[in-house]
Amino acid sequence: MPDSSSLLLTPDPGVHDGTSRYTRREFIKRVIATGAVASAATYVYGGLSGCSRKAKLAGGVERLVSLNVNGQVRRVDVLPQETLAMTLRYKLGLTGTKLGCDRAECGACTVLIDDVSHYSCSTLTHSVRARKIMTIEGLAGLNGELHPVQQAFVDELGPQCGFCTPGQVMAAVALLKQNPKPTREEARMAMSGNLCRCGAYDNYLNAVMRAAGG
Amino acid sequence: MTYKLIGKDFTPHDVVAKVTGQAKYAEDFRADGMVFCRLLLSPMPHARVRSIDASEALKMEGVFGILTPDDVTPQPDPLPPLLAKEPLYVGAPILAVAAADETTAQDAIEKIKVDLEPLPFTVDPLQSLFPGGPNARSDGNVGMVFPPPSPVPSVPLQTLKWSAADFAKASEGQLPLGKAAEEWTYGDVEAGFAKAKLVIDETFVTSSISHHSMEPRSCLTYWQNGKCFVHGSSQSHTFIIPQLAQYIGIKPEDVVLIAEYCGGGFGSKGNAYPVMAIPALMSKKLGKPVMMRISRAEEYFVGFGRSGFQGRIKLGFRADGRLLAADVFIVQDGGAHTGFWDYRSAGDAVSLVYQPLAMRWRGVPVYTNTPTRTAQRGPGYNQTICAVEPLIDRAARELGIDRLQMRLINDPQNGSKFGEKQRQVSSCFLKDALTQGAARFKWEEKKKLSGQRNGSKVTGVAVAQSYHPAGFFGFDGLVRITPDGKLHIHTGVGNLGTFSHSGTARIAAEVLKCDWDNCILERGDSRKHLPWNLGQFGSNTSFTMSRTNYVAAMDAVGKLKEIAAKDLGGKAEDYDIDGTKVFAKSNPSKSLTYAAAAQRAIDLGGKYSGKEMPEDINPITKASVTALAGTGLIGVAKDNLPVAGAPSAFVAAFIQIELDLETGQHRILDYVAVADCGTVIHPRGLETQIKGGAAQGFGMACLEHLVYDPQNGLPATVGLHQAKPATYLDMPLEMHAEGVDKPDPSSPLGTKGVGEPPLGAAGAALLCAISDALGGHVFNRTPVSPDMIVNFTAGRAQSHKPLQVNTF
Repeated sequence: MPDSSSLLLTPDPGVHDGTSRYTRREFIKRVIATGAVASAATYVYGGLSGCSRKAKLAGGVERLVSLNVNGQVRRVDVLPQETLAMTLRYKLGLTGTKLGCDRAECGACTVLIDDVSHYSCSTLTHSVRARKIMTIEGLAGLNGELHPVQQAFVDELGPQCGFCTPGQVMAAVALLKQNPKPTREEARMAMSGNLCRCGAYDNYLNAVMRAAGG
Repeated sequence: MTYKLIGKDFTPHDVVAKVTGQAKYAEDFRADGMVFCRLLLSPMPHARVRSIDASEALKMEGVFGILTPDDVTPQPDPLPPLLAKEPLYVGAPILAVAAADETTAQDAIEKIKVDLEPLPFTVDPLQSLFPGGPNARSDGNVGMVFPPPSPVPSVPLQTLKWSAADFAKASEGQLPLGKAAEEWTYGDVEAGFAKAKLVIDETFVTSSISHHSMEPRSCLTYWQNGKCFVHGSSQSHTFIIPQLAQYIGIKPEDVVLIAEYCGGGFGSKGNAYPVMAIPALMSKKLGKPVMMRISRAEEYFVGFGRSGFQGRIKLGFRADGRLLAADVFIVQDGGAHTGFWDYRSAGDAVSLVYQPLAMRWRGVPVYTNTPTRTAQRGPGYNQTICAVEPLIDRAARELGIDRLQMRLINDPQNGSKFGEKQRQVSSCFLKDALTQGAARFKWEEKKKLSGQRNGSKVTGVAVAQSYHPAGFFGFDGLVRITPDGKLHIHTGVGNLGTFSHSGTARIAAEVLKCDWDNCILERGDSRKHLPWNLGQFGSNTSFTMSRTNYVAAMDAVGKLKEIAAKDLGGKAEDYDIDGTKVFAKSNPSKSLTYAAAAQRAIDLGGKYSGKEMPEDINPITKASVTALAGTGLIGVAKDNLPVAGAPSAFVAAFIQIELDLETGQHRILDYVAVADCGTVIHPRGLETQIKGGAAQGFGMACLEHLVYDPQNGLPATVGLHQAKPATYLDMPLEMHAEGVDKPDPSSPLGTKGVGEPPLGAAGAALLCAISDALGGHVFNRTPVSPDMIVNFTAGRAQSHKPLQVNTF
């Protein structure tokens, strides 16, 4: 087992700009703050998105890594082929990230990685070590106060069935981080990677524009 | 009529959970010791399983067990089986394997030897009707069978072949009119055509399309103390329990369904579906909780679809535009098993929306080796509207009549009759919707833009309308006032995303004059003791469960007054309520709070506390009342209210598009839709239904399709990017939606449904606008894809034949 803390603390050239690196002191504080290391044995899981029981497949060896999720460092055993969506949902208990297609078509699994929206169903967990991952669960404040985008989605009655909503919210948050004052046309282009079969697009767009203060 | 809650916007209680990720859908649950299940799917469109050898698979470490067709509850043919001995389409589940994880389960499936005997197949209904053509099923090619006690009339399973003479003009693109399986007529159709100034006779094709629910129908199931706990994806709650129990092979009272959220259904999760029971049976066999995740690709096999049509319609118009006669013939692609009667709805749609003075309808539901069909948002009505509305425009052009006027001339109104039995609508304000929408859209100004060129782009402007029946009745309502003064509204309405679980519950609060903040909605979990309600489908919730909540609340009001009379003297009718207390009309200070009355109800027992209950309520409601008895004042009743006709919902839609003749792409510039849905319960909820329905309508018109390879029966549309539901970029940048807001007399507060007609109106409006931009050309096909537009403008032949189905 490699020293996972060294993995976390070593910038990954090419995928990581170094801005989210922790000092060793911060890291230790955060590990203490987050309590127990996530148990990978809880829901060993596999199949469609390629995460499986230990050593069942050739090269299928889990490695203990640390992930920065919603501002907390979470230690978790991860298979080489494991996707971030599966790690979040089945190992970290973060089921707000939904799997609608598991193949980068629908956007229900959208999370932020270093403030940029990504489909977590098509992101290997190992590729995001030492990067900042933000899921829908990380948006609201400590006392449950909604993020302005979430509040706007409530105010505009954005969701219908709600299954795509976490992904829509994350896509909107990512957009407004990059472009705080988008036009409606810019907003819909930015949101267009997120499907909604209920067709709540108009309400979602209203919510994005409301969150942008326009 | 001024209401306290009805017609007012509110924030439904589940919205915050939906935007924070706290809303738990079926696959978000975990159970200790949970194992995973995968399905082995048929690789062939029609085959017989000769043998299954799972010995190698069962030896694998981590594999716990297998379910074969012999292990599951048998279903009578031609209903869809849980697991198939004779798979009838590519993707039909044959067996299931449970293992410690999905990869192991899938690896085990690869090791199972299934010996399949290939059988004849077809993916085209007309091919099956051709003399000597293949039958999709070994037991026939035509049928619509609903075994008793289903009240839906059946067409017996049969083999039906048309003659070669019938097909004489099929090569020219004309639908053969062979023997129908069902038909009806009213009036003298031939005389109508003889008198007509203009007769249109067109063949059309509408594609089958998938439901594409964003949440695949994954399911977690376990057993405790003889009860089967199902975390499933369902757009209904109590309604599905009898069917689910039948699939599992247990009594309804032994099913505990947890389905607080449903990630979309659109008809495909209206009732229990066969694969929903696989984890239950596997869990029973293994003694372990079983999670079965359904993948997006599998959703295209086990997730149902809307039936496509090959149809022919003949319309005869008087010079003034009045429709004198209509003759409709529908060949329905029914999928492999009993599906849905879309083809019947086609007749009702034409009859009601256009009010022909005489009409004949004929239909043939044909089985094909494609996935099982079921109702999809406006089944039959919306395909038909999309086929007919462009033809109404064509007639208007040929007769020199404004397209809006053409509709107003023919439209139904209060008292109008329709269909074989000439039933009367309970109310119809479609003309109001059209005039209201025309004013908002500025039809008179906008229509002048029709055909205007801007470089390669042409403006198209159109109006369209649609209909769906919206009125089941006879279900139960259940409310409860507890000694803390809270009103608990128990509802079996699902959470499809319409917020009608709350919208209709507010009827009960309105009747009891309660503050909404003082109400607790009990829903989503059998353990909350829910009443027998209709499923959340068919544009029915607003009508059906407004009535059930009304009768339950009225029962509670009566009991409050009776308790007050018992304690404070006088008669029940001497008392009134104000939302927190029941008081003497003559002396309002003589009163009893709801909280005190609830405690008195518990003390009194009998009907007041639910110890006794009405005889006529459903056993599911009875069980819920029994469980709740003694916890408060129980209001419970069956909806025995009168019905003043056939409740019917209508939508009028107006659209402006820009069509690029060089690329075939369109852009929607303006969209206005107005619903005749009776009293509006929740204005913002109504808007979301109209706008969301429009997204699906635009998809049906120009994007969505199911494609099958006719040579091998293989599906080519097993992904969202292939089957193409609409995205943000297919929508107008802004849309407008509103209601007519005129009450329907069949519902105590005037509500009727809304969910389905927004789809058809939007789809038809877009098709009509494309036709308008092309100078009136009608493609007689959905979806109309950009290449069809480019071919047309270039004067090239289309790449499909007129009757061809399942094309790209």
